[in-house]
Amino acid sequence: MSETHSQTVTFVRDSMLPPVMPPAGERGAVKWLRENLFSTPLNIGLTVLGVVVIWWLVTSSLPWWLHSVWHASSLGECRQIVAAEAGEGATGACWAMIRERWHQFIFGHQYPPSDWWRPILAFGLLFAALSPVLFAGQKRNLALVLGGMAVFLLLTLYLAATPTSAFILSMALVAGLLALSQVQPGKLLWFTLIYPALCFWLLWGGTVWLPITAMAGFGVFYLVFRFASPSLGVPVAAGVGIVAAVLWWLYIASPVAGALQGALPFSILQVTSDKFGGFLLAIVIGVSGIAFSLPIGILLALGRQSDMLIVKTLSVGFIEFVRGVPLITLLFTASLLLQYFLPPGTNFDIILRVIILVTFFAAAYLAEVIRGGLAALPRGQYEAADALGLDYWQAQRLIILPQALKVSIPAIVSTFIGLFKDTTLVSFVGLYDPLRGITTIVRADIAWKGIYWEPYIFVGAIFFVICFGMSRYSMYLERKLKTDHR
Amino acid sequence: MTMATDVPKDGFRLSMLIYDTRYRSYTIQLVVLVLFALAVAWLLNNTVQNLAARGKEFNFAFLWQRAGYDIGQQLIPYTNDDNHFRALLVGLINTLVVAFFGCIFATILGVVVGVLRLSNNWLVSRLMTVYVEMFRNVPLLLWILLSYVILSETTPQPRDFRVTDEMIAAGEAPKASMMLFDTIAITNRGTNVPAPLFERGLGTLDLGFMTLNLTFWAVVAVIAGSIFVNRRILASARATQEATGVRPVTWWKSLLVLFAPVIVLLVAMGFHLEVPELKGFNFAGGILVAHSFTALLIALTLYTAAFIAEIVRAGIMAISRGQSEAAFALGLRPNRTMSLIILPQALRVIIPPLISQYLNLTKNTSLGIAVSYLDLRGTLGGITLNQTGRELECMLLMMLIYLTISLAISTVMNIYNKSVQLKAR
Repeated sequence: MSETHSQTVTFVRDSMLPPVMPPAGERGAVKWLRENLFSTPLNIGLTVLGVVVIWWLVTSSLPWWLHSVWHASSLGECRQIVAAEAGEGATGACWAMIRERWHQFIFGHQYPPSDWWRPILAFGLLFAALSPVLFAGQKRNLALVLGGMAVFLLLTLYLAATPTSAFILSMALVAGLLALSQVQPGKLLWFTLIYPALCFWLLWGGTVWLPITAMAGFGVFYLVFRFASPSLGVPVAAGVGIVAAVLWWLYIASPVAGALQGALPFSILQVTSDKFGGFLLAIVIGVSGIAFSLPIGILLALGRQSDMLIVKTLSVGFIEFVRGVPLITLLFTASLLLQYFLPPGTNFDIILRVIILVTFFAAAYLAEVIRGGLAALPRGQYEAADALGLDYWQAQRLIILPQALKVSIPAIVSTFIGLFKDTTLVSFVGLYDPLRGITTIVRADIAWKGIYWEPYIFVGAIFFVICFGMSRYSMYLERKLKTDHR
Repeated sequence: MTMATDVPKDGFRLSMLIYDTRYRSYTIQLVVLVLFALAVAWLLNNTVQNLAARGKEFNFAFLWQRAGYDIGQQLIPYTNDDNHFRALLVGLINTLVVAFFGCIFATILGVVVGVLRLSNNWLVSRLMTVYVEMFRNVPLLLWILLSYVILSETTPQPRDFRVTDEMIAAGEAPKASMMLFDTIAITNRGTNVPAPLFERGLGTLDLGFMTLNLTFWAVVAVIAGSIFVNRRILASARATQEATGVRPVTWWKSLLVLFAPVIVLLVAMGFHLEVPELKGFNFAGGILVAHSFTALLIALTLYTAAFIAEIVRAGIMAISRGQSEAAFALGLRPNRTMSLIILPQALRVIIPPLISQYLNLTKNTSLGIAVSYLDLRGTLGGITLNQTGRELECMLLMMLIYLTISLAISTVMNIYNKSVQLKAR
C-alpha cells in the first residue's frame, strides 16, 4: 500500500517556504487595537464611551490649563488677563494665587518667615532619620536618599535665607550623615533615635536643654536598668527603670533644663503651637502619629490575642470603642473634654493632644490589621517557637511578628495613608490644616474671593504625591520581603 | 543529686510570681488591673473636681429644654420650639439618610468600577485606575468641600431661569433651564426636585410620643408585603424545579406581585408629583434638597466607591483562574460564568472588608460639619453642645450613639456574611 501511495505523490518540497508576515489584522498596532479596544460589541461601546469621557474632560479643562496666569495680584486681575489674551468668556487657571500664598499652605500663615529654614531642615533630616529604617544597610539607596536630601537642603535653605552659621552647621551635619551612611550604615540608626528631640527643638524652638533633658530620661532608664538587672532580675529592673525615668521627667527634668539654660544659655526663637499650619502641621501630626501608633498597635494586637483574660478584655474594649466612633468626636474630646479628665489647672499643648488622640485612633485600626496578620500564621509557627524553648517575647520578636508584619504590610501602609489624610480633620478643632484652615483664609481674602479650583488642586496634588509615594513604597517593600516561591 | 523531673521540694516563694510562668500571668493581670483601676479612678476624680469647680452637674435634663434653633433638612416634623432631644433625633435621621444612600450608591459605583478595572479593554481599565488612585490618595474632606463649592458657586441663580415676555419676543433663551423634562432645577440655593403628593392621603396617627405618617408607612408595608410574596413564589418555583426538573414560568407573576399592589395603592391615594415652579425670585413647590446634603452624598459616594472598587477587584482576582476555565469548559457564557461561578465565590472575600467600608462611610458622614450639614454631629455635638455648655454629656451621648450605629451595622452585615460563607457539612 505504501508503494502505491508513494507513486501518487508527484511533488515533494525540498526547501522551506520563506516565512510570511501574519495578516495585517493580526499584527502590530491593528492587532493590539482589536484585542484591547474592539474585541466585542460591548468592548467597542466601552471604548467609545471612554473616548467621549476623555474628550469631554480635555475639551472642558485644557483651555483652562493653557490660559494659566502666574503673575497677578487678585482674581479680578487674573480674569482680565485671561480675557485680554484669549478673548471674552475664556477661562483660565489663576496660579498667581499659589505664587503669592504658597508659603501659607506650606508653613501656615503665622510661622515667622525668618525661621522658615527650621521646618525645612527638620523636613530634610526626616529622610535621613527614616532612611536607615526604610532601606536598612543598602548603601546605594541610602546614598540616593541622603544625596537627594543634601541637594534639596542646599537649595531650599539657601532660598529661605538661612542665617550663615545655621547654614554651615546644617550642611556639616548633612555631609557627616552622608559619610556615615557609606562607612557604617548601621550607625545611622543613632541619628534616627535622636531625631525626635532634634525635630522638636527645630520646630518649636526655645532652649536646647529641654529636649536634651527629655532624652536624658531614656538614659536614666538605661542606667537604672543596667545597674539593677544583675541583682533584681530583668522584669523588676525594667519596672524600676520605668519608674525612675517617669520620676525624672515629672520632677527633675525641667529644673535641670532651667539650671543648664541659666549656666549655658543656648536657644532659638520659640514658636508656639498656634502658629503652626499648612502642610507643616499635617506632616508633624502625620509622622508622629505613624511613628507612635505602630508600637502601640502591635501591643494592642498582641493583647487581643493574649491568653490573659483581663489584658484581652481591655484591649478588645479599647479597640472596639475607638473603631466605633468617628475621628472627629475623638478630636473634639481632645479639644473639649481633656480639660475635664485632667487635674484642674493643667493645660497642655493642643497639637500634642491631637497627636495623642490621632495615635490612639490609628493604633486601634493597626491592631486589627496586625491581628489579621497574626491569625494568618499557621499554628505550627507558634508551636515551633515553643518547641525551641523561646519565651513569649523571644518568640514574638524572632518568629511571629516578622512574619505577621510582613503579611500585613499593605494594610498597615493603607492605615498610615488614612491617618495622613485624616490630619486634615484637625481644622475642626481650630488648627490651620492646609485644606480647610488655610484655604478658607485664602478664599476669605477680598483679592482671591471666588477662587476654588486652584487651591484645592494644589493641596490635593501634594496629598496625592505623598500618599501615592507611600503606597508605592509598600509595594516595593512587599516585593523585597517576598521569600516564598510562588 | 536532683533529677530534672523532680518536683521542687520547697513550696511557694514570692519570686515565683515573676519568674514562674505558671503564676506570672496572674501577676501581670493583677498589675494591669490595678493600674487600670487607678487610671479610671484618677480620671473620675478629676472629672468630679472639674465639674464642681465649674459649678456644673452631670445629668441629661438639658435634653428636654427648648432647642431654639432651626434645622434645614428635617425628615420628621421639627420646629425650633421642640426640645434638644427632638433635634438630636432629626440629626440622627439626617446622619442615617446620608449613610444609607451613600452605602447604596457607593456599592453600585464601586462594583461597576471594580469590574471595569479588570476588563480587557485597555482604555477603560486605565481610566478606572486613574479614578481609583485619584480618590484614594486625596483626603475625603477635599472632595466634600470641592463638591460643595462647585454646587453652590457655579450653579445659576433662580432668576436666571426666568423667561420674560421680551425674551420670548426676541427669541432668546434664558440663561439657565431646568433638567429632566423641566422637573429638576439646580440653583445656587439648592436642588429643587418634584415632591410626591397625595390627594387622598391616609393622614397621620398620633401615638403620643411620636406621630406616624400613615401614607408613607402604608406604601412601605405594601412594598414589603409584595417582596415577601414574591420570595414565596420563587421558593415554590424552586421546589417545583427540584421535584420535577422543570421550572415553572414565574416572571409575569413576579412582575404582577411586585408592581401591581403599589400602583393600585398609589392611584387610590391620588398620587401625583408637584413640580417646582419659578415664582418671583425663587422656586416654589417641590422639595428643596440642600447642597450640603448633595455635596456630602456625592463626595462620600465617589470616595468610598474607589475603596469598594479595589475590594471587588481583589475579591474577583482571588478566585483562581481554574474556576472560570471550568465554567467555560461546561459551556457557560461569560456573563453566566460571572454571575453563577465567580461572583458567589468572590462575595466571600468581598463582604468582610465591605463591612468596614460601610462603617467608615457612616462614620465619615460626621464630616458633614464642613459644609454645615446638620447631622448628629451638627445638632447634638454642635449647636446643642454650644448652647447648653454640656460638653461631657453631649460628647458621651454622641459617642454612644455612633458606637451603637457601628455595632448595629457590623452585626447585620456579619449575619449576611455568615449566610454567604462556605457551609462546612
